[in-house]
Amino acid sequence: MQQLIFILISGTVGFIAFRQYKKVFDNIKLGQSEDISDRKFVRWKNVLLVAFGQKKMFKNWIPAIFHLFIYTAFLFTQVELIEILIDGIFGVHRFFSSFLGSFYTVVISTIEILSFFALIATFVFLYRRNLLKVPRLVKSELNGWPKLDANLILLGELFLVTGIFTMNGADVVLQSIDPMHYPATGSLAMSSMLGPLIFDSFEVQNLMLIERIGWWLHLSVVLGFIVYLPVSKHLHIFLAFPNVYFSKLGPRGKMENMPAIMNEVKSMLGLESETINDSNEEMPEFGANDVFGLSWKNILNAYTCTECGRCSAVCPANVTGKKLSPRKIMMDIRDRAEEVGRNISSGNMKYAKTKDNSAIKHLTGSNYDDGKTLFDYISRAEIHACTTCNACVEACPVMIDPLEPILKLRRYEILTESAGPADWVPMFTAMENSGCVWQIPEEREKWRTEM
Amino acid sequence: MKIKTMAEVSSEDIHVEILFWVGCAGSFDARAQRVTKAFSKLLQKAGISFAILGNEEMCSGDPARRAGNEFIFQMLALQNINTLNMYGVKKIVTACPHCFNTLKNEYPELGGNYEVVHHTQFLQELLNSGKLKVQGGAFKGKKITYHDSCYLGRINNEYEAPRSLLNALDVDLSEMKRSKANGLCCGAGGAQMFKEDEAGNKKINIERAEDVINTGAQIVSANCPFCITMLTDGMKAKDKEDNVMIMDISEMILQDIQ
Repeated sequence: MQQLIFILISGTVGFIAFRQYKKVFDNIKLGQSEDISDRKFVRWKNVLLVAFGQKKMFKNWIPAIFHLFIYTAFLFTQVELIEILIDGIFGVHRFFSSFLGSFYTVVISTIEILSFFALIATFVFLYRRNLLKVPRLVKSELNGWPKLDANLILLGELFLVTGIFTMNGADVVLQSIDPMHYPATGSLAMSSMLGPLIFDSFEVQNLMLIERIGWWLHLSVVLGFIVYLPVSKHLHIFLAFPNVYFSKLGPRGKMENMPAIMNEVKSMLGLESETINDSNEEMPEFGANDVFGLSWKNILNAYTCTECGRCSAVCPANVTGKKLSPRKIMMDIRDRAEEVGRNISSGNMKYAKTKDNSAIKHLTGSNYDDGKTLFDYISRAEIHACTTCNACVEACPVMIDPLEPILKLRRYEILTESAGPADWVPMFTAMENSGCVWQIPEEREKWRTEM
Repeated sequence: MKIKTMAEVSSEDIHVEILFWVGCAGSFDARAQRVTKAFSKLLQKAGISFAILGNEEMCSGDPARRAGNEFIFQMLALQNINTLNMYGVKKIVTACPHCFNTLKNEYPELGGNYEVVHHTQFLQELLNSGKLKVQGGAFKGKKITYHDSCYLGRINNEYEAPRSLLNALDVDLSEMKRSKANGLCCGAGGAQMFKEDEAGNKKINIERAEDVINTGAQIVSANCPFCITMLTDGMKAKDKEDNVMIMDISEMILQDIQ
């Protein structure tokens, strides 16, 4: 009976999860293609150091240590999770204990110690967010759902650890009563001490029930997390790895070149033989005003963001009270990608670019138009405030680049809309007319006569 | 000794090792001109054969590109590359980290391949090779702080060359709480220099001026003409322009040598 329920629930969760992760994948693909297949060795090295090794987290020791507790507990608990899966499907009990022997004791004890540390870390994090109110964790862009999301994850963590200790604690006591059904696990680091302390006077039936409650609690939090992650900031536990892998390797100070414009200017200056001139072609759009103009990597960045705010805490514009927050840029991109993805999968033709065109059979990214853009999420004042100082890029522990989308939005504003800050107009004019950022009547080399 | 342009040296058939890229600020801004002249004197003292582009030089295009105006960037960059390639330039030194970054990292994809060094790196080379010798007197033991420009520091990962110069001057270097990779921007990058600040509760250069003041240093050394402008304005806003001097490292070295 339990087996059947287990398979049914896990199967359903697996199915829902597959559809949700597929949606995330599809939303990431709303962005433009960008080939990132070079320098595989360096990329794997980054994954090892930055994602697995948490290298960039350790620029800030206190949160890094507590985060490490939860992270390592998460990694090791996978062993127990595999056992739960096997036990659940085949109706056995602690499958690994029979053939791992004393090594099993070591494994489970390690998980218990790590879980204990993770428990402490969870309380520390709840404290930092809700009582200590660390500035970057209480900024305005976190009001509402993001704040709830963060606390829900931490609560889930509490339940998860409670489940493990309940299950193991009751088990340890049961081993001494009914060794036939509860094979010896050896002396466990936490439960062999806590179990007898709490559960010694319990009836056998109650103990068996408590052990099952712990087991199912642990399992349901894990299954809950699997379906919850795609709508949560906590998705970073998976996406951090591919995100680090695909992160920019070239010089930080190199902005992406725009070959279309380069070639046009080249032929304009007579520097190269005339390229094919499609004068009757529609003026192309430059830069990005929506997720379609960003690259898939920018959207992957957005889905990877766990809203820790290290970027905004070091952003010179943000710390001096401007509206720009690199974290909010990433959150907005994700929200917009989700909105577009939702509308496209609704199939509602009111989102089609040409509404009376019956030729459109399926909504896709290329025929989509809901009358909104990323600029409905991100204001001009935000993108105008960026100094391109790269502090946000440097700060991100999972190698998100909030600067790239900001610059793509600027490009759209200037090149496609011919808009932008009025202050920049004289600068552009001076550059065009005299090749200098200022319009100055003097000769450029005049200073050398005053040496 | 007169500084020559590439046009002049090539007509006289003289070969020069180095092109000194002066940049818009270095050419026109009164304060940055002083840095340009100081660095030129150091080059002359070290016996480096160099020339400038003079009137043939144009803005590197950095502020246009970062503002989003790729057309103007390409116009300027391609013309500059055309000029540089025409003269067969191999090595460029510049006192502006924005020009440095664009020439070094962005020109290659447009067809401009040169060895580009920042003037603090070049001065380090000159000191190391003994072509320049500091006395270590003028600033010895003085409490000095150093402001990392974003485009030399965090973006091009050069934190040591300028600091090694300060060490050579025997200064008492007092770092700001935000320095090196964590250095705070002066507020000028990304074409902010050429526009008013967005609405907020403080100007970025004032925030940075406060970092400087908190070190108690008498001098803040910098490596970028825009940082120098921003820090100067910041000090004025804090009424500290008479207490804290803002100097380019090349000016300090020249003062030490003279």
